[in-house]
Amino acid sequence: MAERSEEVKLLGMWASPFSRRVEIALTLKGLPYEFSEQDIANKSPLLLQSNPVHKMIPVLLHNGKPISESLVILEYIDDTWQHNQILPQDPYDKAIARFWARFVDEQIYVTAMKVVGKVGEERDAAVEATRDLLKLMEKELVGKDFLGGESLGFVDIVATLVAFWLMRTEEVVGVKVVPVEMFPEIHRWVKNLLDVDVIKKCIPPEDEHLNYIRARMDSLKLKSV
Amino acid sequence: MADEVILLDYWPSMFGMRTRVALEEKNIKFDYREQDLFNKSPFLLEMNPVHKKIPVLIHNGKPVCESLIQVEYIDETWPGGNSFLPSDPYQRAQAKFWGDFIDKKVYGPTRLIWGAKGEEQEAGTKEFIEMLKMLESELGDKTYFGGETFGYVDIAMIGFYCWFDVLEKCGNFSIEAECPKLIAWAKRCMKRESVGKSLPNSDKITKFVPELKKKIGIE
Repeated sequence: MAERSEEVKLLGMWASPFSRRVEIALTLKGLPYEFSEQDIANKSPLLLQSNPVHKMIPVLLHNGKPISESLVILEYIDDTWQHNQILPQDPYDKAIARFWARFVDEQIYVTAMKVVGKVGEERDAAVEATRDLLKLMEKELVGKDFLGGESLGFVDIVATLVAFWLMRTEEVVGVKVVPVEMFPEIHRWVKNLLDVDVIKKCIPPEDEHLNYIRARMDSLKLKSV
Repeated sequence: MADEVILLDYWPSMFGMRTRVALEEKNIKFDYREQDLFNKSPFLLEMNPVHKKIPVLIHNGKPVCESLIQVEYIDETWPGGNSFLPSDPYQRAQAKFWGDFIDKKVYGPTRLIWGAKGEEQEAGTKEFIEMLKMLESELGDKTYFGGETFGYVDIAMIGFYCWFDVLEKCGNFSIEAECPKLIAWAKRCMKRESVGKSLPNSDKITKFVPELKKKIGIE
């Protein structure tokens, strides 16, 4: 696959959905890479140098050259290693995929964060708002195994945020944000995702992940008291 | 096959301007349909049911939403002539990064500058200048953001230029004093036919902002 010696390094964080989605893409393409766990509370010089604008993970370093912003990284991976395409080929289908990816990150993620970050009435409102957004995703899944169609694609990779972050938070928050009665298609889709080896391999281990979310929420509560 | 291209837009929108510029750059004939955002048409709601926003690009009946997605779509669908994105994957990624930066970091502060007062407005102004300086640093001494050719990042940013006058008045600052290279870049872009056709005059925007504030209920 690689014609010359390729150095691929990912500055990431094990519990971040944005970091994990890049790992999914690299693994789908069969690309060897070095993972460098970053301490967000104490950012490394390499991270600050590689992403001086946002100072955030994930950052992909390809032969030393940095690429930041997870959606930009995913497209870069697809452009550079063109086997096992993640994005559709047709320009219209591509535009639709890009639209839904942004919807997940800019709408679902932002609203769902409030479910975790707020309490009482504000949390209830966030749950309602998140469900309204998820109803649109639910519609997209009707008659499809994956958001990308018959097989896993760009939007599925991005939407793992819903499957393995938002839905896992339910246990910790104690609210069924995505009940199966309301969202049968999404639940079916999550099962389909879990049948894909690359997904199973690349998502954070459940118990560790739940403990991490619990710990983060506890620390937030401590701060607000 | 004759292409049917419709653009649902709102004349002062810096996002709509991106799509206008992109279409003009490729010499694509399109049906520009002005939308009333305070009384949204059934057609707009049908074409963008998720966000109910402009611009919406409709190509042979199929809608594409989100201005930067539209710019890429236009580049990929009509590949002749000036390519907006470089062919090198790394350069492409850099261009997309800066387009995303403009959306995430530059737009937000502008709303505070013309829409807020006091401390909030000051904070918006400070942040806006900081973001513009980052962009100016990225531009460096190049003719355009992409180098010698007018492209994706230029298209993403140029619509803000006609808003500069009103922002300066509201925020009481001079963009030229803070970012002279950026102003020089904007003036170069304004010489392009596509840009001249797509951007309203600054004074039209300046007159419009107080009306807009009344419409959305801020004094």
